[in-house]
Amino acid sequence: MAEHASVGIMFWILAIVVVVSGFLVVSLRNIFHCALFLMLCLTAVAGIFITLDAEFLAVAQVLIYVGAVSVLMIFAIMLTRDLADKQIPQTNKHAMLAFLGCTAFVLGIILVLSGTDMWRWAKTPLPVENVMTIGKLLMTKYVLPFEVISILLVAAMIGAIVLARKEKA
Amino acid sequence: MSEYLAVLLFAVAGIGIVLITFGISRLLRPHNPYPEKNVTYECAEETVGPSWIQFNNRFYIFALIFVIFDVEAIFLFPWAVAFGQLGLFALVEVTLFLMILFFGLFYAWKKGVLKWV
Repeated sequence: MAEHASVGIMFWILAIVVVVSGFLVVSLRNIFHCALFLMLCLTAVAGIFITLDAEFLAVAQVLIYVGAVSVLMIFAIMLTRDLADKQIPQTNKHAMLAFLGCTAFVLGIILVLSGTDMWRWAKTPLPVENVMTIGKLLMTKYVLPFEVISILLVAAMIGAIVLARKEKA
Repeated sequence: MSEYLAVLLFAVAGIGIVLITFGISRLLRPHNPYPEKNVTYECAEETVGPSWIQFNNRFYIFALIFVIFDVEAIFLFPWAVAFGQLGLFALVEVTLFLMILFFGLFYAWKKGVLKWV
C-alpha cells in the first residue's frame, strides 16, 4: 500500500507541473520560453504515463513529443525573422474566446467520462512487461502494419523534402 | 514501477543542485549592478547585434528528417526490448523496415538535401 500512496503523491505533483507549465505556455510573452515550458509540460505527462505503468507511452512521449516535436517548434521559432522585435505582438486578442472554448471542451470531457466507467480501467494494472508484449505483437500478429509504417514514414519524408525544397526555389 | 525511483532521485538531485548553487551564490554575492557589468560577456569584445537572430533556413529540413528517424526509433524500441525472445524472422522484418526507410534517406541524399552549400 505504501507504493500506492507514493504513486498518488507523484501523480498530484506531476499534475500540478502539467497544469502550471501548460498555463505558462499560453501566458508567457516570450514565445521561446513558451516552447521550453511546453517541453516541461510534455515531460510531466510522460511521468504521469509512468505512474499508470504505461512505459511504452512514456518513452514515446519523451522521444516524439519532448524530443522531436519540440525541436521542430524551437527550430520554427529560431528560423523566424524578427522574432525578438518588441513591436510584434506574440499573443492575439482572442484569449477570452480560447478560454471559453477550452472550458467547454473540458466540461464536455468530464460530462462524457462521468457517464461511463471507462476511467476505472486505469485502476486495473497493466501487464508488467508491456513494452516486451508490444515488441512481440509487432513482430508476429501486426507485422504487416509494422512494414506499412515504414512506407508511411518514407512518404512523409519525401513529402517534407519536396515541400521544403520548393520553398527555396 | 519502483525502478523509476532512480529516475525520480536523479530529477530531484538535478533540480536541487541548480537551486542550491544559485541560492548560495545569491546569498553570498554583493549586489551592485551597473550598465557595463550587465553587458553580455564576449571575451572583452563589444557585442555586435542582438542575440536573437534568424538562423539559416537550411536547418529546418534536418529537423524534419530527424523527426522521421525519431518516429522510426520508437518502433525499433519494443523490438529491441523483445529481441532475446524473437527469432530470425523478426530480424528480417526489421531489416526490411530499415531498408524502406533508408530509401527515404537515399532520396534525400540524391536530391542534395543533406549537402550544406
